[in-house]
Amino acid sequence: MTALERSRPSAPRTPLTWARGGGLSTLVFLLPLLFVFGIFSWKPIVEALVMSLQKTNLVTPATFVGLDNFAKVLSDPQLGTAVLNTGWFALLALVFGYPIPLVAAVLMSEVRRGRGLFSALAYLPVVVPPVVAVLLWKFFYDASPTGVFNTILGWAGIPPQPWLQTAATAMPSLVLEATWAAAGGTVIIYLAALTSVAPDLYDAAEIDGAGIWHKIWHVTLPQLRGVLLVTLILQVLGTAQVFLEPFLFTGGGPAGSTMTILLLIYKYAFQNSLGGDYGAATALSVLLAIVLALLSLLYLRATKRWSTE
Amino acid sequence: MTASTELTSEALAAPASVSAAPARPVRRRRTRGSAGAERGILSVADRRRPAVRAGTAVVHALLLAALAVAGLGPLLWLLKAAVTPTQDTLRTPMALFPHGVDWANLATAWTTIHLDIQFFNTVAIATGSWVVQVLVATTGGYVLSVLRPRYARLLHGAVLATLFVPAVVLLVPLYLTILRPPLIGASLINTYWAVWLPAGASAFNVVLVTRFFDNLPREVFEAARTDGAGPFRLFWSIVLPMSKPILGVVSVFAIIAAWKDYLWPLLVLADPRVQPLSVRLPALQQTIELDVYLAALAISTVVPILLFAVFQRMFLRSAGLGGAVKG
Repeated sequence: MTALERSRPSAPRTPLTWARGGGLSTLVFLLPLLFVFGIFSWKPIVEALVMSLQKTNLVTPATFVGLDNFAKVLSDPQLGTAVLNTGWFALLALVFGYPIPLVAAVLMSEVRRGRGLFSALAYLPVVVPPVVAVLLWKFFYDASPTGVFNTILGWAGIPPQPWLQTAATAMPSLVLEATWAAAGGTVIIYLAALTSVAPDLYDAAEIDGAGIWHKIWHVTLPQLRGVLLVTLILQVLGTAQVFLEPFLFTGGGPAGSTMTILLLIYKYAFQNSLGGDYGAATALSVLLAIVLALLSLLYLRATKRWSTE
Repeated sequence: MTASTELTSEALAAPASVSAAPARPVRRRRTRGSAGAERGILSVADRRRPAVRAGTAVVHALLLAALAVAGLGPLLWLLKAAVTPTQDTLRTPMALFPHGVDWANLATAWTTIHLDIQFFNTVAIATGSWVVQVLVATTGGYVLSVLRPRYARLLHGAVLATLFVPAVVLLVPLYLTILRPPLIGASLINTYWAVWLPAGASAFNVVLVTRFFDNLPREVFEAARTDGAGPFRLFWSIVLPMSKPILGVVSVFAIIAAWKDYLWPLLVLADPRVQPLSVRLPALQQTIELDVYLAALAISTVVPILLFAVFQRMFLRSAGLGGAVKG
């Protein structure tokens, strides 16, 4: 006991010594963070977990209902549709949106003069406010023969397409716009990764007699492995939460063909004639969050490996 | 003073390589964009071969054309449609002014439709979000990285943990918080605070700034402390001036995010008098004539494009950085 006390460097800490040691000013600096995170981040996160177990609509007092909300959400026939649609969106976004930025970035990395122009043009759609982009493309997708895209297709002798009007073409149309809006950001990420590939690796490959395709396949792509995984997971995380495109383009239609998980959550909470079913909405968002958190963990592992490689 | 400016220029290069191993001079030199001097996939010998030369020239020309069509095309079309009469846009959308230019569309959208109100609302929302985000991120990062109280690790963990919670989970409880906020009393619905304050709770910003502060040289802090600088002086006169690069990145993210945001302001700003452009535009679609509506879309795009044109390097650097940390 005495030995322990003697090993202490100074007198026991009291509120006074704490304040003199700068504890008070530290707290002053922390106030903005504690206030903002406390009320607008930590508290709502806890509340989300609580509310998913409650029946609550702001009109009548909240009551605990156990896992009823989860049971209700999981048995809603719309959920299956929403999950399938979201998956379909994610898959199409992967097919359209994953290879294009990679190819563009690899080609752009070899541009010697004016690379800034290439990057600026590629990044331009990312700068357009997403709402403007969607509304503009909605007009482009006009299904009449004099719609913008149908006019362009007409030049090539292709008959007018229904775009957003039919269940089969609506989702690919959404994905096309989403890809246009996001690809530039991915290109810039790839370009940053490409410029950090060590030149010695290419030198070494050439000594071994590798041609251009060989170098791309055996040096460039393996070096990009980490960042490719990161963008893949980021894209899946993003597409799983797609809202803006289906909400503004089609409102979930035609015939529910673009109803996504987030649209369903929004519908439970804010488009309910009987008052918001906040319990069901948070239950579904908690379920989605669990899936996404698992993906995020994977992402964190990937970035760790990428940065220590 | 000279010492601190030198350090600032060195710190400029820091954020991109925060997580990269410092013992790789080759890598770092290349990331600073002196690409012309060094090689990529093609070697000097490759470039001398006529077939490769012609091939890359053709591929790059095609790529440039494709990028121009995809990146610039829709914007140029929007610019054209903004000053084209409705009937021309509907009948011959790809023709160039068959019946003249209608400049009045822009004025109508700005004054009659009162887009000016939404425009200034957007500026106010972006500015306020920016102030709150910079304040929270710098003071928070200062405590977590420089002052380091005993509970710093715990706090850092609590901030980091929110990175893993997707925004959708917060949607409903955050909406109810705005409806009945604790401590404040009155509902924040239809006030800018409803957008400003939640924007500040960005773990991404705090992590970014904390990491940057971690890389600042400790000796400068110690020197300032022995010269008698207190925590406030140290923050204002030493740490903040050294952090201009990261403040630029956080600012770009903050302003662009505020300009882009849709769902959240849609929920908490129901009154058109406080709504930003993004929320108002979809509602206008039903009620106003097409040519004025397209002019409204064009007006809403001008500021982000101008910001991008002026701060292009900062945008692109932020975008490259975004992939490394964003969750």
